[in-house]
Amino acid sequence: MPGGDPRNPRFDPEQIAEVQRLQSLYPDRRGALLPVLHLAQATFGYVSLEVEEYVAGLFELTPAHVHEVVTFYTLFFQAPKGRHVVSVCHNLSCHLMGAKTIIEHLKQRLGVEVGETTGDGRVTLLTVECLCACEQAPMMQVDDRYEGLLTPEKVDRVLEGLS
Amino acid sequence: MAEKVFTRNFHLKDSHTLGVYRETGGYTAVAKAFRMEPAAITEEVKKSNLRGLGGAGFPTGTKWSFIPKGSTAPKYLVVNADEGEPGTFKDRYLLERDPHAVIEGMLIAARAIDSHLGFIYIRGEYVDPWRVVSGAVREAYGAGLLGKNVLGSGFDFDVVVHRGAGAYICGEETGLLSSLEGKKGWPKIKPPFPAIKGAFGQPTIVNNVETLAAVPPIINRGAAWFAGLGTKTQGGTRLFSVSGHVVKPGVVEAPVSITLRSLIYEECGGIPNGRRLKGVVPGGSSAAILTADEIDVTMDVDGLRNAGTMAGSAGVIVMDDTVSMPEALMVVARFYAHESCGQCTPCRESTGWIYKMAHRIVEGKGRKEDLDTILDVAKRGAGTTICAFYDGAVGPYISYIEKYRDEFEALIRRAGDA
Repeated sequence: MPGGDPRNPRFDPEQIAEVQRLQSLYPDRRGALLPVLHLAQATFGYVSLEVEEYVAGLFELTPAHVHEVVTFYTLFFQAPKGRHVVSVCHNLSCHLMGAKTIIEHLKQRLGVEVGETTGDGRVTLLTVECLCACEQAPMMQVDDRYEGLLTPEKVDRVLEGLS
Repeated sequence: MAEKVFTRNFHLKDSHTLGVYRETGGYTAVAKAFRMEPAAITEEVKKSNLRGLGGAGFPTGTKWSFIPKGSTAPKYLVVNADEGEPGTFKDRYLLERDPHAVIEGMLIAARAIDSHLGFIYIRGEYVDPWRVVSGAVREAYGAGLLGKNVLGSGFDFDVVVHRGAGAYICGEETGLLSSLEGKKGWPKIKPPFPAIKGAFGQPTIVNNVETLAAVPPIINRGAAWFAGLGTKTQGGTRLFSVSGHVVKPGVVEAPVSITLRSLIYEECGGIPNGRRLKGVVPGGSSAAILTADEIDVTMDVDGLRNAGTMAGSAGVIVMDDTVSMPEALMVVARFYAHESCGQCTPCRESTGWIYKMAHRIVEGKGRKEDLDTILDVAKRGAGTTICAFYDGAVGPYISYIEKYRDEFEALIRRAGDA
């Protein structure tokens, strides 16, 4: 549901209620920081410095603390990403089963290097460490979904399904 | 056919639902546990020889007994569902196919340690498992199995499902607790151990998903039964995640005393394409590699420790004779360099530099002294850091080079000739 402005982030009243509910679940409300950052990223598209500052205010934390957290974890994006994120595992089991071929194929099909987004904003291509689906190696994550037992042909079919 | 403890319901349609779990005897163990004294529950788990199945292999009942007796402080139970050890995927199966076994295990553990609030910390990438577990928790609340006065016992227990955000180190129990508290996932110095001062400064037990799933069957069928499935020092079966060059990769449940040879050749159909075995990592990427001549070992914690490696998370990665060991080491070294949290200097610096050296060896730019430098740095750093992450990295650094040294040297010689 991205659509919120990452330059001027504000949750709507329903989201504020959700933030308060999440905060109430923990003995110290700061425990809800990761869940609220997930909510913020889903709302604003990525976690801009303005989003960090806004979230910090909701927790009475310093923006520096939130920045430290955001930059520590791989799932928070600090810059706009594509409409879809394709994360290919390049750890050991996927390496053994041909991850290199899959990554090269994706680079060529999408016309981007790892870490880049296609010019039309459709896909961001990443390599990631073990996603713990090694029985389906080589595999990748496309947004929320795992796609395994990849071949170049299967990769093409998955890409075709992305809007 | 060997007994199935963890996978007994995996084949059933809708095995993740409360209805199916109850039809197969679910939530009878917790009813029994509510009639037991908390100390008796811990004693039963101790006698079962259940050892932590996340990686460290610490005796579960003993861990529970570290919670201070008679303490009136709030105590927390945390499920480590931050599965991340390369080569491991068994907790994903449990979370998706039998989440109520984990919830029931939590209830029994909570009763044993007198906790009224539990957290399930699931890695951020596991979106589907997170949805399934969240659904199971909602179902359990709806049926009076969580919340106030569970099953009319007078015992209250709440569960919060918490999503991580992508960091291997959060699978380390104190890193996980830092993360749960809304911080970056930096491990904490021990002591104090989490059982004394854990989440939010209170006594806390952190248990792996599979470990907790073992608890209801232990309570229902007795410690002696579970202990009898395993070895003298480790009870039970466990889930082996087998991947790489085998005919049938996947999750295999087997007694902990199974040999690595039997796991590869009997359970998983051996090596495909007429290839030969070259090496196998027996317990996730942090375990030292075993050569094809070293697979007549039992897979229990002590069996693999005696073989100079570790049972770890039971992630078995099989490599055939086409694999370049320098390349495999580079891939593993890249992982440790990327995932080092940066807190301790020996780990932060060594993982980065060792990756660079492994990379240049693979690129054909290795230097004669590189192998000894890596071994020296690895051996000096082991045991000098706050958590076990760097010790885990050292396992592959040393074993790959010492066991396949000729192959590394050949690459370096070629570089010297060029």
